[in-house]
Amino acid sequence: MSLSYEDVIAKYEPVLGLEVHVELNTNSKMFCGCATAFGAEPNTQTCPVCLGMPGALPVVNEKAIESSILIGLALHCSVTPFSRFSRKNYFYPDMPKNFQISQYDEPICVNGYVDVEIETEEGPKKFRIEIERVHMEEDTGKSLHMGGATGRIHGADYSLLDFNRAGIPLVEIVTKIVPGTGKYAPEVAKAYVAELRDILRSLGVSDVRMEQGSLRCDANVSLRLIGAETLGTRSETKNVNSLRSVERAVRGEMIRHAELLEKGQRVVQETRHFQEDSGLTRSGRSKEQAEDYRYFPEPDLVPVEPDAAWIEKLRASLPEQPTLRRKRLQAEWSVPEKEMAAMINADALDIVETTVKLGADPAKARSWWLGEISRIANERDIALPELPITAKDVAAIVALVSQGQLTDKLARQVVEGVINGEGTPEHVIQARGLKVVSDESALMVAIEKAIEAQPETAEKVRNGHIPAAGALIGAVMKETKGQADAARVRELLLSHLGQ
Amino acid sequence: MITRSAHEMANALESGEITSEKLTQDHLDRIAAVDGEVHAFLYVDTEGALSQARAVDAARAKGEKVGPLAGVPLALKDVMVQKGVPTTAGSKILEGWRPPYDATVVTKLKSAGIVILGKTNMDEFAMGSSTENSAYGPTHNPWDLTRIPGGSGGGSSAALAAFEAPLAIGTDTGGSIRQPAAVTGTVGVKPTYGGVSRYGLIAFSSSLDQAGPCARTVLDTALLHEAIAGHDPKDATSIDAPVPQVVKAAREGDVKGMKIGVVKELNGDGYQTGVRSRFEESLELLAKAGAEIVEVSCPNFEYALAAYYLIAPSECSSNLARFDAMRYGMRVGDDNGASAEIVMNLTREVGFGREVKRRIILGTYALSSGYYDAYYGSAQKVRTLIMQDFTNAFSSADVLVSPTCPTTAFKIGEKADDPLAMYLNDIATIPVNMAGIGGMSLPCGLAPEDGLPVGFQVMSPAMQDQRMYSVGAALEAALLSQWGAPLLSQIPALAGAK
Repeated sequence: MSLSYEDVIAKYEPVLGLEVHVELNTNSKMFCGCATAFGAEPNTQTCPVCLGMPGALPVVNEKAIESSILIGLALHCSVTPFSRFSRKNYFYPDMPKNFQISQYDEPICVNGYVDVEIETEEGPKKFRIEIERVHMEEDTGKSLHMGGATGRIHGADYSLLDFNRAGIPLVEIVTKIVPGTGKYAPEVAKAYVAELRDILRSLGVSDVRMEQGSLRCDANVSLRLIGAETLGTRSETKNVNSLRSVERAVRGEMIRHAELLEKGQRVVQETRHFQEDSGLTRSGRSKEQAEDYRYFPEPDLVPVEPDAAWIEKLRASLPEQPTLRRKRLQAEWSVPEKEMAAMINADALDIVETTVKLGADPAKARSWWLGEISRIANERDIALPELPITAKDVAAIVALVSQGQLTDKLARQVVEGVINGEGTPEHVIQARGLKVVSDESALMVAIEKAIEAQPETAEKVRNGHIPAAGALIGAVMKETKGQADAARVRELLLSHLGQ
Repeated sequence: MITRSAHEMANALESGEITSEKLTQDHLDRIAAVDGEVHAFLYVDTEGALSQARAVDAARAKGEKVGPLAGVPLALKDVMVQKGVPTTAGSKILEGWRPPYDATVVTKLKSAGIVILGKTNMDEFAMGSSTENSAYGPTHNPWDLTRIPGGSGGGSSAALAAFEAPLAIGTDTGGSIRQPAAVTGTVGVKPTYGGVSRYGLIAFSSSLDQAGPCARTVLDTALLHEAIAGHDPKDATSIDAPVPQVVKAAREGDVKGMKIGVVKELNGDGYQTGVRSRFEESLELLAKAGAEIVEVSCPNFEYALAAYYLIAPSECSSNLARFDAMRYGMRVGDDNGASAEIVMNLTREVGFGREVKRRIILGTYALSSGYYDAYYGSAQKVRTLIMQDFTNAFSSADVLVSPTCPTTAFKIGEKADDPLAMYLNDIATIPVNMAGIGGMSLPCGLAPEDGLPVGFQVMSPAMQDQRMYSVGAALEAALLSQWGAPLLSQIPALAGAK
């Protein structure tokens, strides 16, 4: 049986639950001094503590506590005056101590919310996602299953362990159950993760790179008949590595659940893994028999009791909320909704804002970043902020254009030069000889030459047929290799021809 | 020289009467001569010890300022990791492992110039009261080789009693420093929890484990205490406060006007007659020295043993999970086809001894969902009650005292098949660990009926460790003037000694 999404939502109500893991960008790990840089040689960022050597002891990274509190505050949570770490006990080869230090029944932050807005046929619609808890834990190492076709543990010849990731500080943000999103469930899930990502980025506490795993989303989905009270059985989809995948995973699971239910089968409570290529999920670990993690308070650590004054200091330091900031910038720059959305999608808001702060006109800054520079980014398949051109460069180029020292066409060449690593805009202009020809006598020579070459056209202009001037201006621009200011050429030409 | 106190050895080193190299060699020779009988050591680091000794001699020769115990040898319990030196915690599962780092205690010993002779035998992962649970065979009590030297730190205390070392490091989770000290006629101190860093101490029960000093005199113990104590940023449970002035207290030994509380519940029924009589005599000596003896009651101590045997196994079931054959130590069954899970299972089956498995199973059960509240949860409540008992008792006494153990050293094999009888040996020492306070055992004579040493326990409030040293030193001085010579001068000669 194959159901359409419309069939599903006509009969069932989806209920979401989202768990987001965020790797904090602290310089050192959660419980030891090891470095946390992504992509280092395997097992080079390890020590007795994060390798779980006999006798080694954890010590909490204060910066990680600070980041966790900031996250909680930004999500409108209350910070608990007393929280504790516990041990979550289970055996797995990539977990050095065979227990994970995690917060359990006493998390650092509780009871918050995130508001998200999505576009619908009936206009923008707001949803409030309630946050149950924000807690800290340590990441595990990584297993690499070698040999075999799938890269999975089953069928592998052997496995390699990399403990660089073991002990990286993680914050887990868990929502309460999210009912009432109806057919918008996939979009709401995506919007929530996007909003969370923006908030975390604005706090500067994480790289929030889904593709590198510094932001990971587990999507819990269940269905119940519309109007029903009791919740259906949920599945938990892991390995959702992009915003688009969040949406696809939720939609896919809704359809899969509905198909099972329609066939009279039951949904199995289990962990599922999202497959990026097919957009489907495959079965992972069954959670039918709840694993007993034998949690108990971590005796090697003391409780976390953040000072109230410290919390207030952190609260006062919170940056502007991303949604409010977007609204403010949109008003300040008078940008239409659609273009604002384009800027956010292209991840260009920060850099455009910086460019504007450096003196560029908002419309110009936006059009450079979303136009020419985005085009190059797409061409090279690089995220916009990763291109080697800065807000300062773009502000300088915008200024040169407005001063008439560069034409748009020349400016594009400067942008290209900067991106190609030829130096600052000034360097590129010098090296490539891209200065506007503003010497009027030189321009007049070119104008006379054009008139000489096209006497009939010149005559038409003399007789008041102004549009004919275009051809002459074109010829002048060609003569000056595009380095002249076209507006100035036009002025000079028309006055020369008595207009 | 080897029968002198560590303090006297330090004086001899300072005056140039002997070099550390010679002193160390004398001890290595003694170990070679008698350890076949005693089996106190699991590993003797001859080269490491001698080179450390030479370094201290060189520093002294250059006129460099060295610590008060610099050049004096020490025996290290095998539960402390020492970089590059085999460390097993008495278990097969760690056989052959050479740690890549030093415990903080080891770092402090090295920087104090204290010479580490080697690693001493112990019950596997410090679980036991007799050293019979060592995977490498039992240690024998130098007073009577057919008897146990106590446990888990039987190797350290036997080394002291056999004059194989004048100083030793022990660890005490439920009495593993004090009970071995008691049955070997030596001195052992469990400092306040958090007073000495646990970094590098292979964990048995994290909330109870505490490393401490062992020696043959109260002053030696105090000198070693000061060398290893103090805040350690690598141990989150380490106390960030000045070290109590234990050496000063041990030198003065002043108990005038001090109130000494005798814990009613830790005496009487179940305590050997000779143990009780020596204990009572000691109280009289302390009264003569100017202390006031009062009786205190700690009604909840009765539940301490039961609660201990839930908390300690629970924590150990988690602490010992890391021994899984993946990163270090023994690996069994890795035939290129077996899964990681099978290798883990086989390794743990072969690598752990019976008592360790018993406690892992007990702890796993106690932490399981549905049982947690009834077992682990209730045990933590008992712990709070025991702390309250101590708080009440310390409101009417400066220190508390009791016999360290109900009996003198029992025979090897006598209780090996009866874990409950074995556990009862720690009945008087466990409350101290449950409350995180300090406890000392010092010898107070031989029981008339068997001629074996009896231990006298002194307990002091958290971070008031100096008080037990005041009492210990006063009693030691009073006993010495009565006996005319230290108790250990009565120990029978070992066959290897001549």
